[in-house]
Amino acid sequence: MRRGTLSILLVALAVLLGLGGCATVQQARAVGPGAKLDPWENWNRKVFAFNEGLDEHFLRPVATGYAKVVPQFVRRGVDNFFSNAADAWSVVNNILQGKAEPASQDFARVLTNTVFGFLGVLDIASEMGLEHHYEDLGQTFGRWGFGPGAYVVWPVLGPSSVRDSIALPADRWLASPAGYINDGRWAAGISALQLVNTRANLLGASALLNDIALDKYSFVRDAYLQRRRSLVYDGDAPPTPDPADSPDEPASEPAGSQPPAAPASAPAAPSAPASAASAP
Amino acid sequence: MLLFKRFVPWLTAALIAAGSVAAHAQAAKAPDVLIKEVSSDVLDAVKADKSIKQGDVGKVVALVDAKVMPHVNFQRMTASAVGRYWRQATPEQQKRLQDEFKILLVRTYSGALAQVQDQTVELKPMRAAATDKEVVVRTEIRGRGDPVQLDYRLENTGTEWKVYDINVLGVWLVENYRSSFAQEIGSGGIDGLITKLAERNKAAKS
Repeated sequence: MRRGTLSILLVALAVLLGLGGCATVQQARAVGPGAKLDPWENWNRKVFAFNEGLDEHFLRPVATGYAKVVPQFVRRGVDNFFSNAADAWSVVNNILQGKAEPASQDFARVLTNTVFGFLGVLDIASEMGLEHHYEDLGQTFGRWGFGPGAYVVWPVLGPSSVRDSIALPADRWLASPAGYINDGRWAAGISALQLVNTRANLLGASALLNDIALDKYSFVRDAYLQRRRSLVYDGDAPPTPDPADSPDEPASEPAGSQPPAAPASAPAAPSAPASAASAP
Repeated sequence: MLLFKRFVPWLTAALIAAGSVAAHAQAAKAPDVLIKEVSSDVLDAVKADKSIKQGDVGKVVALVDAKVMPHVNFQRMTASAVGRYWRQATPEQQKRLQDEFKILLVRTYSGALAQVQDQTVELKPMRAAATDKEVVVRTEIRGRGDPVQLDYRLENTGTEWKVYDINVLGVWLVENYRSSFAQEIGSGGIDGLITKLAERNKAAKS
């Protein structure tokens, strides 16, 4: 079942990458600042609108109810439980990125919280002063030098990029407790809880977003790309060129100097990758 | 009389000295110190005032105007978000853009401030040479839950440091407005963008 999903995704990706080839040709002609990063904007906007509808009519009401009904300390426990799995996946990715110190700290976190914190429900490690170093496979690829490629919006899963989409199956399954459970019904239940929990955490951010974005689609896109870039650089990304400081020439930045990043909270993405839920 | 005449140069010298000390003190205030002071100041003010938490927008705006705006180069912020079109705008258009954008950002900021509970600001180590005209000050808001990254870009105006972009969770805010601004200008010109901003601000008020 999982293998099936994976192969579908891989095929989808192959198609996307193929499209990417054609899209590059068009990019050169496109003008808007977003055009280069978002050659599939028309399609992406449709998926985005679909996700927005899903969020408005289903996910947000459910998450709002969840946040109202479930006591704060229970929600905290649920959140910690998912963070613990994200920490475990971070250990792997810190190792893949050659970050020994963060890897060992995250390892200590997982060990402590799993053993003494009831499978991660209590975050004892944080109280001991051990901090998160969230890393996912998308960030690992970025660290290895892969640019984000084109922006992609997935149904239900929300904002992504070509690079992050390749990492997505692993980042969704291996960073979630659902990935380690064999019983399909339990796994589905846990995935659903994770989705609701993530969305509930983003209620404030998404309300704010509605207020401040002129065009929600491009705001979310640019924020997603900026944030992901920032995460690849561990919060210390070199600045991108400021068009106001450059000569009056449209779209003349050196190619490849535009790896944007993105927002964590991609509020629009009901289910931003697991890391988004907790990763600052 | 004679005494007075003798006294004048003294007094003048003293005044000049005092003035330069004051100016020096200002120039010498490091950007990270400034950020730490202003943000702690604002957080304390919010914590002390219940009506802000209950969403009294007027109060938040007054707070932001008093404590934050003096340290922001708002013209640069707007120009940077508008990008290359800024130079094509008339001074009047530039002023209206600035006014509306300011309302939008203050609103954003107020929304965030309303969430303040027991947070504190911590500075992260800064790499900058003493001669740098532009620096990034990195901070973390710590409270319950994971720390929130909050960084600032500042420029040295000669006498003081002014903020011209803010980074929340890895997202530079001004940068993030660029493509939607360009989009609006592309379809409705600069006036179209002004109208759109004004609409947004009005909609949020109601």
